[in-house]
Amino acid sequence: MSGRVLVGVKRVIDYAVKIRVKPDNSGVVTDGVKHSMNPFCEIAVEEAVKMKEKKLIKEVVAVSCGPQQAQETIRTALAMGADRGIHVEVTGKDYDMLGPLQVSKIMAALAKKEDAQLIILGKQAIDGDCNQTGQMTAALLDWPQGTFASEVSLEGDTVKVVREIDGGLETIKINTPAVLTADLRLNTPRYATLPNIMKAKKKKIAKVKPADLGLDMTSRLEVLRVDEPPQRLAGVKVETVDDLVAKLKETGRL
Amino acid sequence: MRALRLNQLVISRRFNQFTSRAGVRSLSDHVSSRPVPPSAPETAGDHLIYTQEHFALKESLRKIIDQEINPHVDQWEAEGTFPAHKIFKILGSAGFLGVNKPVEYGGLGLDFSYSVAVSEELGNIRCGGIPMAIGVQTDMATPALARFGSAELKEEFLLPSILGDKVACLGVSEVGAGSDVSSILTKAVRKGDEYVINGGKMWTTNGTQADWICLLANTSDAAPHRNKSLICLPMTLPGVHIARKIDKLGMWSSDTAEVFFDDVRVPCKNIIGQEGMGFTYQMLQFQEERLWAVANIVTMMDNIIQETIQYTRQRKIFKQPVLYHQSVNFRLAELQTEVELLRSLLYRATALYIKGNDVTKLASMAKLKGGRLAREVGDSCLQYWGGMGFTSDVLVSRFYRDSRLLSIGGGADEVMLGIICKYMDTLPKK
Repeated sequence: MSGRVLVGVKRVIDYAVKIRVKPDNSGVVTDGVKHSMNPFCEIAVEEAVKMKEKKLIKEVVAVSCGPQQAQETIRTALAMGADRGIHVEVTGKDYDMLGPLQVSKIMAALAKKEDAQLIILGKQAIDGDCNQTGQMTAALLDWPQGTFASEVSLEGDTVKVVREIDGGLETIKINTPAVLTADLRLNTPRYATLPNIMKAKKKKIAKVKPADLGLDMTSRLEVLRVDEPPQRLAGVKVETVDDLVAKLKETGRL
Repeated sequence: MRALRLNQLVISRRFNQFTSRAGVRSLSDHVSSRPVPPSAPETAGDHLIYTQEHFALKESLRKIIDQEINPHVDQWEAEGTFPAHKIFKILGSAGFLGVNKPVEYGGLGLDFSYSVAVSEELGNIRCGGIPMAIGVQTDMATPALARFGSAELKEEFLLPSILGDKVACLGVSEVGAGSDVSSILTKAVRKGDEYVINGGKMWTTNGTQADWICLLANTSDAAPHRNKSLICLPMTLPGVHIARKIDKLGMWSSDTAEVFFDDVRVPCKNIIGQEGMGFTYQMLQFQEERLWAVANIVTMMDNIIQETIQYTRQRKIFKQPVLYHQSVNFRLAELQTEVELLRSLLYRATALYIKGNDVTKLASMAKLKGGRLAREVGDSCLQYWGGMGFTSDVLVSRFYRDSRLLSIGGGADEVMLGIICKYMDTLPKK
């Protein structure tokens, strides 16, 4: 086994920022807004770095798709302990419409090129909330998948994954190479220490274009309009339970 | 429906802990026209003194502040102390306590601009006490030791302080001597291989929790600027009495002690550098101390102004937001203008300093302005918060109390003015 793990990291609007819709309803405002690494991607990086520290794998490669700023996100991964980065340059319209299908094609192509043993992704990004990239990547590669992972144990050629599912926890055993997606309780990401931030400066980030990988980034989707959720209206107070039932019948809720 | 509840949650400070893990979104409460650009560029490209590494440092430190410090500030303010050993260990492990200290002792050997970046980010802590306590550890009790201490002394005191294993405090000011450092009375009399120390120190930040004190004492009868030495003193030595924790107007989460020394014996090798040079050593680091304090307060003022804007935008008076009254938005514009001016002075002084220049004049000007501007910002903003500003539930009242110290400690306004006059050559001739 190559001992190489690919970790996808996405640059998203910071979780604490109040989102504003653009006046033309074409999307949300991103200019001048604070961005950071998707929290689930941080958990994915942490898991990969922990595996390397336990000597279960040899190299952690952080991958991000986007314009020049995506390199900042890769640097954060490097400061957390990733060994090198790959920046897949996607800009302009292609970047606006970049979605799980395109990213999973990229991850699949890179996994083959880098001879990856594992791909670890966050279960979803906090901007799109799609929860599709991991699954699509596994399908494109015809690899097993361990999604919503809250516990991962790499054992030789197999991985034991405890998954968070609706009914509780499910434990599966899958062969490598495989795709894993990190859920909230998988680990607590470490703080990037200042020594590691300074060391990250020397680590390499390779730049590549989707075309170099022979990939087509055309989107099958078109965003028609983006709106804020409807404003909450004031409630109505009633005196008795009978009044309440009457009101509910009136508005057709009962 | 969820959007409105989320908006209310955002104001609650516990929200930070929840969202940092769950990734829950909050929506702005109005569809805005234009986004508000940040006051400094988001990325390194155009910044005067910061590189990508400075920004990465700030981001990482911010996470520690958001997760380990801010959720507990209210409680620590109420208790009148904070767990210095625990917090310093977290910061030390992440490399934030030895930014410009020697690599051989666990430091990073970076230039002072990195210390300024750390200080700026610490201004995001929701009180003044904890940044001050950290500042004492990194830029007041340890610089002289790092520069002039013997290898043995650095091993015993500097290394653990940088790692966050030992808490340091500074013993310079006394009950009878603050601005007038040369008139301190604490004496260290040589007896064989030891110094016997008698006296007391006042305003000792971290004093009730510290493992060691960087003590300035008279070690000879020479002229007052040449008879003092810095000594590393373990606080557990017999004769060291922590007389009381001082009850203050602000900076509540920082424990401030009055300490007495009663025939305390310490080996002579605990002296930092040369005997008699203590006063000079302490003065050498004043530029850094002062710029550090300014970096801190600039971020805090930014935050107070922003919170005041948010509050007055939603608070209505006479049918429109308080913020829309010209007296309010014009005043906030004035204050923000002055904050930007101070920020520029900070960066200019820092840029010159890291190139090896003496920036005493600029650093003193910045400290003077910092203290005074913070009082103006606190006072004006508190007014706009109205009754709410007068309560303990809001940050502006805490800032009002905490920031008042800046014009007093670390070099009073009057001392700063004296220094500037000296450089302007306007003082009476002797």
